[in-house]
Amino acid sequence: MAATVETISPLSRVGRIVRENPVIPLVLLLFALIALLNVLQPGIFNERWVGNTIRFAMPLAMLAACQTLTMLTGGIDLSAGVAATVSAFVVATLTPLVGGPMAIMLALGAAVLIGLVNGFGVGICRVHPLIMTLGTGLIATGCLQVYQRYVINTGSEIPWFFEFLGTGRTLGMPNGLYLFVPFAILIIWGLRRTGFGRLLYAIGANENATRLSGVRSWQVLMALYTLSGLIAGITGLLYVGIIRAPSLSLANSLMLPSVAAAVIGGTSIFGGRGTYSGTIVGALILTVLGTLLTLLQIPEGARRLLFGAIILAVTALYVRITDQS
Amino acid sequence: MTEAAAGRVVLDARGVAKRFGAVAALKDASLTVKAGEIVALMGANGAGKSTFVKILTGALRPDSGHIHIDGQESRFTSPAQARRAGIMPVYQEPSLIPDLDVGDNLRLVDAPIEPFRHWVDALGITNLRLDDTISQLPLATLRILDLALTLAKEPKVLMLDEMTAALPTDLVERVLTVIRGQADAGRTVIYISHRFAEIARVCDRASVLRDGVTVGDFVIEPGIEEKIVELMLGGVPTRAEVTGAHIRAVSSAETPRLRVSQLAAGSRLADVSFELRKGEVLGVVALEGQGQDELFDVLAGFRRAQGGTIEVDGKAASFGHPADAIAKGLTLVPGDRKDALLMLRSVRENIALPLLARPSKWGAIPMREEAARVTGAVERLQIDMRAQAEVRRLSGGNQQKVTIGRWVAAGVETLLLFDPTRGIDVRTKHQIYPLLRELAAQGASILFYTSELGEIPLACDRAIVIFGGRIVDVIDAEAATEQNLMRAAYGLTEKERAASSSAEARP
Repeated sequence: MAATVETISPLSRVGRIVRENPVIPLVLLLFALIALLNVLQPGIFNERWVGNTIRFAMPLAMLAACQTLTMLTGGIDLSAGVAATVSAFVVATLTPLVGGPMAIMLALGAAVLIGLVNGFGVGICRVHPLIMTLGTGLIATGCLQVYQRYVINTGSEIPWFFEFLGTGRTLGMPNGLYLFVPFAILIIWGLRRTGFGRLLYAIGANENATRLSGVRSWQVLMALYTLSGLIAGITGLLYVGIIRAPSLSLANSLMLPSVAAAVIGGTSIFGGRGTYSGTIVGALILTVLGTLLTLLQIPEGARRLLFGAIILAVTALYVRITDQS
Repeated sequence: MTEAAAGRVVLDARGVAKRFGAVAALKDASLTVKAGEIVALMGANGAGKSTFVKILTGALRPDSGHIHIDGQESRFTSPAQARRAGIMPVYQEPSLIPDLDVGDNLRLVDAPIEPFRHWVDALGITNLRLDDTISQLPLATLRILDLALTLAKEPKVLMLDEMTAALPTDLVERVLTVIRGQADAGRTVIYISHRFAEIARVCDRASVLRDGVTVGDFVIEPGIEEKIVELMLGGVPTRAEVTGAHIRAVSSAETPRLRVSQLAAGSRLADVSFELRKGEVLGVVALEGQGQDELFDVLAGFRRAQGGTIEVDGKAASFGHPADAIAKGLTLVPGDRKDALLMLRSVRENIALPLLARPSKWGAIPMREEAARVTGAVERLQIDMRAQAEVRRLSGGNQQKVTIGRWVAAGVETLLLFDPTRGIDVRTKHQIYPLLRELAAQGASILFYTSELGEIPLACDRAIVIFGGRIVDVIDAEAATEQNLMRAAYGLTEKERAASSSAEARP
């Protein structure tokens, strides 16, 4: 038998480095995109542009947290966009009636309720998350339309705090970072250093093994989808502060990009693998990419086509590099 | 029959070998079957039977060796080809599609309906309708349907894998009669079974495999069982030296850790009662599919029992979820490591998993304490941590150590080990036995099912033998030679006991 010589291809060596630090290539890609942008339109890279990019990437990254957390267990939360919209719409319409704090409570309550129903369906009735969250999303949209008829004359007002977060700047950076930075730290820490975070990875990696170890996965899933609803609700509050005009489809345009951000950020849709820091970079990449494609001044159709193709290419490459053994 | 037995050779396989990576599953297997013959294919667990069967039926391709059908060399590349050549297997798992009805299944495989009906009647299923949905039928009926379906296609060589395993006695009788009839009509049957009584009744010859080599071919005659058992084990049975195993005298007076009474579950576990004492390693010996899977599943909370009781430390217990069993100290190491491990996650996360299971532990992880526990388990089991970032990169032996280490870190009370040494290297095996003794010496109770009989005297204090869903023997470690265990596992002692008790009753 011929002796086999083990050769390490450059690709697999890159793969090893990347596997250990999965965020590195994403950050490199982000910088490459920014550099390209600066070549296409010299001088665009300034404090104001950075601030704006971050401002619009934050709600996307927060909504993508819902996707990251649920995807770690092998699930998904397609109702997150609707939950954010519900929360934004409720807070804007109720603030003139019951005041800011109460309106915020009710808005988040509605978003959490959506999450609870998801958790019940996924965790206890074992409905596939894709179907369950799609269903609750549609139901919530319907409820919102009914609700709108009753509040149509109240006018809308956004609590000052979220207007401050959404539009204000400190030292050139958006005030939303006051909310986002602690949020991101909490999620990153929570995934790495809490029992709950570990169990999300564990359920996604092998649910049978968690059962064998005494984990009642319905408890974890129930808590997870409820948490996802809460995060979506907070995202809605921040986003309505940025946009300042509540509508019935406010955050819906963030929905699919939030899934894309998590996937580009290296979260496996099959569960068990992914980080929130990756997702944040993924959200930034998507935002920069959006600007880039707008700058190219090509027709809308071609822009979307290119957007989709780039997402597929990046994800495919990333999966290829990190999975190679 | 004698005239048929002298018939021409239908199937002749010689020197068949097959490797899977570094493991030689088959080295030199041979089988010759003539028209009108029923030949039993025998061998202990892991002897290579299933690999051999898969090669004969075209599901696997041999690395070397020749298979002749009717004198012509044949190289099957798919089961369909083997079927076309007339070699038709009936496997243990029902092959019919559950969501279709009987008629649709027949049309799907293009089976003639009239002969099928004839065989179904002959095999004793009287109330079958063609529009019955498969998933609504009991397992025993499905196996009969599989057989009838195969018979309807008039096989040249009928291959039956544990055909009678899930059948009640009356159906077993029918099946045996029908296949004997097949042979008498000049067809050929290869009969794979663990049941000596059936083999003695219907088979003409038996071919024995051991470690991938065909080691014998016998004409079935009275008293041949002993010879076959000996051959399956490898001639002179050697008792492995007991290293590091201190067989403890366990007092039987105190309350046992675990008392199981008349436990029944599924179609296989019929009636099992035993006690597992504190500080004892109790071996479980059984051939494949005798109910041991169900026993472990029930004890670990993976399925509910249909009858019987479980007592832990003298208190009745029933488990609706593995978490309930774990709360009572019963922890499982399953037969398949893939079921137990988070392959993508690190050794540390795998070992620490049970520590985080309860919602009260979902908060911040006490990292130092966790590290200490994990390190303790890693050192105790000598887990190789070089590839610790992802468990899937560990060797099989190391993976198995991680699944055991999980419970060592969590604190062992009652450990349920289901064939923990299957497919792992010898060195690891010899690290596991002393570990079991050590855990037992510290007060843990261990239920240890193994498919390698030689392990019983190495690790256990006693062993229970399960056959047909019942305990047929309890053997002390000193008396647990492979031969004794194998005889008991094949249900041979039961027969003797019945014979001797009826002899005693006579005067």
